[in-house]
Amino acid sequence: MSSWPILSLVTFLPLVGVLFILFIRGEPDVVARNARYVALWTSLITFVVSLSLWIGFERGTADFQFVEKTEWIPDLGISYHMGVDGISVLFVLLSTLLTPLCVIASWEAIKVRVKEYMIAFLVLETLMVGMFCALDFMVFYVFFEGVLIPMFLIIGIWGGERRVYAAFKFFLYTLAGSVLLLLALLAMYYESGTTDIPTLLAYDFPQAMQPWLWLAFFASFAVKVPMWPVHTWLPDAHVEAPTAGSVILAGVLLKMGGYGFLRFSLPMLPDASLFFTPFVFALSIIAIIYTSLVALAQEDMKKLIAYSSVAHMGFVTLGTFTATQQGIEGALFQMLSHGVVSAALFLIVGVVYDRLHTRLIERYGGLVERMPAYALTFMIFMLASVGLPGTSGFVGEFLVLVGIFQVSTWAALLAASGMILGAAYMLYLYRRVIFGTLVKADLKAILDVNRREVLVFAPLVALVFWMGLYPVSFLEIFSASVTNLIADHERSLAASGGGSLAALWPAR
Amino acid sequence: MIADDLMIVLPELLLAGLATLLLMFGVFRGNRSTPSVLMLSVAGLAVVFAVLVLRPGAHGDAFGGLFVADGFAVFMKALVLIGSAATMIMSLRYFERKQALRFEYPVLMLFATLGMLMMISAGDLMSLYLGLELQSLSLYVIAAFRRDNLRSTEAGLKYFVLGALSSGMLLYGASMIYGFSGTTSFQALAAVFAETMVAGEAPSVGLVVGLVFLIAGLAFKVSAVPFHMWTPDVYEGAPTPVTAFFATAPKIAAMALFVRVVMGPFGDFVGQWQQILVVISIASMVLGALAAINQTNIKRLMAYSSIGHVGYALVGLAAGTEAGVHGVIVYMAIYLFMNIGTFACILCMRRKDVMLEGIDDLKGLSKSNPLMALVLAIFMFSMAGIPPLAGFFGKLYVFLAAIESGLYTLAVVGVLSSVVGAFYYLRIVKLMYFDEPGESFDQPVGGEMVVILVGAGAAILLFFVFPAPLLDGAAAAAAALLAG
Repeated sequence: MSSWPILSLVTFLPLVGVLFILFIRGEPDVVARNARYVALWTSLITFVVSLSLWIGFERGTADFQFVEKTEWIPDLGISYHMGVDGISVLFVLLSTLLTPLCVIASWEAIKVRVKEYMIAFLVLETLMVGMFCALDFMVFYVFFEGVLIPMFLIIGIWGGERRVYAAFKFFLYTLAGSVLLLLALLAMYYESGTTDIPTLLAYDFPQAMQPWLWLAFFASFAVKVPMWPVHTWLPDAHVEAPTAGSVILAGVLLKMGGYGFLRFSLPMLPDASLFFTPFVFALSIIAIIYTSLVALAQEDMKKLIAYSSVAHMGFVTLGTFTATQQGIEGALFQMLSHGVVSAALFLIVGVVYDRLHTRLIERYGGLVERMPAYALTFMIFMLASVGLPGTSGFVGEFLVLVGIFQVSTWAALLAASGMILGAAYMLYLYRRVIFGTLVKADLKAILDVNRREVLVFAPLVALVFWMGLYPVSFLEIFSASVTNLIADHERSLAASGGGSLAALWPAR
Repeated sequence: MIADDLMIVLPELLLAGLATLLLMFGVFRGNRSTPSVLMLSVAGLAVVFAVLVLRPGAHGDAFGGLFVADGFAVFMKALVLIGSAATMIMSLRYFERKQALRFEYPVLMLFATLGMLMMISAGDLMSLYLGLELQSLSLYVIAAFRRDNLRSTEAGLKYFVLGALSSGMLLYGASMIYGFSGTTSFQALAAVFAETMVAGEAPSVGLVVGLVFLIAGLAFKVSAVPFHMWTPDVYEGAPTPVTAFFATAPKIAAMALFVRVVMGPFGDFVGQWQQILVVISIASMVLGALAAINQTNIKRLMAYSSIGHVGYALVGLAAGTEAGVHGVIVYMAIYLFMNIGTFACILCMRRKDVMLEGIDDLKGLSKSNPLMALVLAIFMFSMAGIPPLAGFFGKLYVFLAAIESGLYTLAVVGVLSSVVGAFYYLRIVKLMYFDEPGESFDQPVGGEMVVILVGAGAAILLFFVFPAPLLDGAAAAAAALLAG
């Protein structure tokens, strides 16, 4: 298998589907149907191919695997360098898993311009997968920012009433962060003479440069994660995006920020990371508590889940910057779990939205009477989001808390209080939508989940329990990489005098 | 000896001969010969292009250094020829529809192109001015080409008055430089300045003042802030194919001249002109981004957009290094293709045989004409500098050069203004894709337009697949300039 360029195959296979869709001609109905099937089959085949990564991935090593390298821009020494390690491989699988689910979820919801819609999703898949596989900073950046184009179109064309505002806000917010990342990337290139990620990981950047580079990285990744106070694009984008758009946004795009911190900020700029740790902790804790409180007050289901995403991603940034084994493993696990759970929650909202065309919580109530299966599915994901033991959410949050506890008791205390608030807003949402008496006239005829929807939820439910009950099968993939990352981190801190930047802070 | 010189200027000789012949042909055959004059001009440009590119050996100085043919000149001339030929092809139907076909039009474009080639190869302040004026005079006339149209004549007159002023400034600067150094040849100037540098003396004030005037004149020609005022009015007023021409070939020629002058004779004086260029560049990028936001006329919008793009290209020049020149060349090459394509789209904006220029007329284009909307969207995202489209790579190279030269403020202002600029490019995408369609444009747009649209669109979209040829060519051109 190693002779096959698996990563390139997974990355660019969706574009083959795009070509097919481009050549579909005929009656609008036929075109729409064929476009749906082509997109579905392409994404399914991509997923199956990507499963070979899961099978072929060698556990217990921190090396990059499935590596491919070809010259791309020779005069700058930039090459098309692909490869995955324990940190990135699961995100690739997450992206290839969610795309076919999105296609199925949009089967009936999207009625206009189906062809363009499917093209946008397949292009998006290529860019997402490519971003996680890239082992050259420039290649990473091209994929990272390229994602903006299809997402902008998805929100803007198939979104809700304020879609134009949301699309522009999403695009410009993220772009403003990304361009600073580009400058940092150029500065790193100038300093080290390469954009190759493995080489950069081993390079020691001068201490005077690190804070600036770190801040530029932060500007980009913090917007993507998103961290408080630059999270405001997220609720708008989520509310206005079509269901599948929200799924990808919450499931994968937010992870790009967390992945960036783990891949670039922490290992490449260890001194600055240590220096800024209190700052990140403060923002993360504010995000966890503040956005949880905001979520309590929401009347729009999607907005509530969007705010809960910000809170959950707060755990990710918190865990990442503890620079402990448990903290980082927890952050990774939390990202994967959130990728599954929040994606599922947006699909859950999508189910009732397709039937009633409203996301206002007050328009629902007593759904359990008409939709028992739906209520059960909703409950599973709601509890996973809360972090109930036995579900995926628990493992991530628990590991993160263990990690923080070693670094700062106060931060652990405050973060843990966020979990309680999380339970509060999710249970409150569930009570208002599912329980109560079914009094509203239009709800009396509402139908339970159909077979297509069951098909979407089944794999996600299975994953939530798998990750919650037997997390080892995921932890064993990334633990070696994380151990290696931390060892490198500590080695370079020791080399630079125990993080002399951090000495600027008063004792903590 | 003279034969060698003539061999070096062969492309220019051919072009001059062709233009004169076609002028005669037109005079004898009258206006009904315009389509054939135009076609012959395009064919002639293709021949000149072939002669230019296929004779790599014919480099060197001619006529005692008045004329320089090096790798840099060949690369930039090739771009100019592509720009001229493409805009010439695009203009045929326009003038046919307006019933304003005059054989002078292609002939004037040929003369302007000849002027541009002279500018790019200028090795002396005299030949610089000669080329510049040949180009400018032809352009003044072309801007006012629809002489029965108020806005067109206004555009021509404005361009002429302001252009004459800038030429005056340039000439004044040149005379100062001559007065204080005693020579007009670039090589001799470079030698004089190198001596000053070696002696560790500051350059005389007169020379610096002369340099400032020279830069002011050149900044006018590339329409950099604060010498940009003519651009929006001329772009809006001139007939659309002429605007397309203005936005492409002369910009590239003027930028090439700018690069040659400041990097060549004044290369040792980086400290003297770098700060001027930094200010001009920042002002152009910021004004280009902010002023375009409220425009409703697409030609005017493109004028501000081109001011912004010149600002980005000047970022590379401000770096004052070989990497910077490389950046400028890459940027201008990509800019050429984006602009040709965008103006081809604008020329297709026609409803019931009336040319439209309002941005709102693009509403819902993705439904009424998906191909054109897709191509225009590609150009807009590319101009905004979003990867993987070509425009991103242009920005990448100029900012890389700026970072290498330590111009961090310039780079930060540059990227942030590109975010502001992205807003108005996105607005066009929004109109095309998010809004409901109005009446659709006239179909078909014509085979040659489709070829230009799809060709330029594919070049911009797929540039990232094989970036090496253009990037390497530009690198060789930059190296050739600094070696010479």
